[in-house]
Amino acid sequence: MKPALSILLLAAAVVLLFLISLGIGPVQLGPVVVTKALFGAGDPIDVLIVRDLRLPRTLLAAMIGATLALSGAALQGLVRNPLAGPSIFGAPSAAAFGAVTAIGLGLADALSYALPLAAMLGALLSVGALLMLAGASASMLTLLLAGLALSSLASAAVSLALNLASSPFAALEIAFWLLGSLEDRSFHHVAMAAPPILGCWALLIATRGSLRALTLGEDVARTSGVDVKRLKLLTVIGVALGVGGAVAVAGAISFVGLVTPHLVRPLVGHDPARVHIPAMLAGAALLLAADCACRLIPTTSEIRIGVFTALIGAPFFIWLVVRQRGRDLLQTQGG
Amino acid sequence: MTIVAANDLIIGYGAIPIASGISIALQPGSVTCLLGPNGVGKTTLFKTLLGLIPPLGGAVRIGDDDLADLPRRTIARRIAYVPQAYVSDFAYTVLDLVVMGRTAYLGAFAAPGRADYAIATDALGALGIAGLAERDANRISGGQRQLALIARALAQRAGAIIMDEPTASLDLANRLLVLDRIAGLAKDGLAVLISTHEPEQAFAIADRVAVIGRDNHFATGPVDAVLTPEQLTRLYGVALTVERTPSGRLVVGPAAAPHAG
Repeated sequence: MKPALSILLLAAAVVLLFLISLGIGPVQLGPVVVTKALFGAGDPIDVLIVRDLRLPRTLLAAMIGATLALSGAALQGLVRNPLAGPSIFGAPSAAAFGAVTAIGLGLADALSYALPLAAMLGALLSVGALLMLAGASASMLTLLLAGLALSSLASAAVSLALNLASSPFAALEIAFWLLGSLEDRSFHHVAMAAPPILGCWALLIATRGSLRALTLGEDVARTSGVDVKRLKLLTVIGVALGVGGAVAVAGAISFVGLVTPHLVRPLVGHDPARVHIPAMLAGAALLLAADCACRLIPTTSEIRIGVFTALIGAPFFIWLVVRQRGRDLLQTQGG
Repeated sequence: MTIVAANDLIIGYGAIPIASGISIALQPGSVTCLLGPNGVGKTTLFKTLLGLIPPLGGAVRIGDDDLADLPRRTIARRIAYVPQAYVSDFAYTVLDLVVMGRTAYLGAFAAPGRADYAIATDALGALGIAGLAERDANRISGGQRQLALIARALAQRAGAIIMDEPTASLDLANRLLVLDRIAGLAKDGLAVLISTHEPEQAFAIADRVAVIGRDNHFATGPVDAVLTPEQLTRLYGVALTVERTPSGRLVVGPAAAPHAG
């Protein structure tokens, strides 16, 4: 299938899922009603439901899905490893720690912006810490190890916050927030998440061309004219911005960033620079679909979207590892 | 007009010098061979000349500019690098591989355009592998892959090309093919620097050699003047001799054992 056609199909899927998502809820609305309501026509109650209640959540699902998938595509290209995801440099854990601190200290109750701001601050601080720890000219291995160290530290801190929570309710609030959710999100959340997410998109899309030359190795890429140090820096910052914004408003949503690039790679001929846009569309579609599924599955309390993506994503990740093993076997046999 | 020059260069990593007193001048239309035993610093010298690591002493000059002052893209437009051929994880076509050589000329958002693809196709033609353009780069022979990497460097339109052991791990036929093409590049006006473990390759296609020996030994000059049996013996630590075959080729072999005959 030609890449242009697959991009068109993915975009169509996103639009379709967008409309379906807007129609799901206690009041089921058909796609036609939804489309009219988006433009302010039809029953005023429907317009209220679609525009004020469901549109923010749906917009966030699409934006966050696209951002996570884009981050995954950019990182897999940067470290030239198909098992890389947005969490490798520690940004999600740091953002979670920021948010958890805000909840634990009661700031989230005092100021509605406190939680998202704290999460974003956490993600950005993790970039600063990463660069201080590894150095701006660090090798990929050093960067990865530093990211792992910071991620572990942030996770430990989150566990500590849970441990020291002032009340069982606070602990529950933290725990549930960590699961990742798009419930009850308003346009305040969209406005909060949009600037860093758009910054992420700008940085990662602008630098995607250099990923091609990088496949021949860092040294060869540098001799081809790629400023590898700048590429690493911009990628790390871009991912931190995007993930920070995403985690800030929705909690931890895993596996979308890791898995989505693999799904679209066969469509674009494995060119690391061409994965980005299809990955964004597929990520948006996947998270929209997951959000629909969460609301449709009949359980006592709504399944959190982070739980859903983990339940679907983990088996897929296992399949990826098995496939990688199979490739390794083939290579050693080929000789 | 010297394209790449270095005078009394000290190369190494961090604070540890590996070799010193290195002077190189790459002129257009010439092939320079870099020889030396394993571990003496040939790769380190290449990395220094390409600006990948800084020199510990002395400076590398690209034309009239100091290498340290130039941004990556400018360096890439003056010197190109050909690594040893290896199989990568990503399956792209040979043409895609070669067009990567145009990276230094693309803007932030730009993808290679028609002009870039035309230059890439010309580069493939110059090396005689135009027919490989649409083939999977991982499924061609080692010699063809090496030529594809050279074509990539050619597409970079730099005045100098530095090649790291371009014939290593190639069979005899491919070795001769690649050497022949390298000689052709110099005839087209490029300055070529290659490292090799085969002194005979230097005799075959080089105008100048540079030898790095242990204990900071360095010598450079025209091939015949520098690559004497004494120099080779000192370089490799084995008694060596140079002989001319009936067809006029120079070959290197072990010197006759003292007790023979």
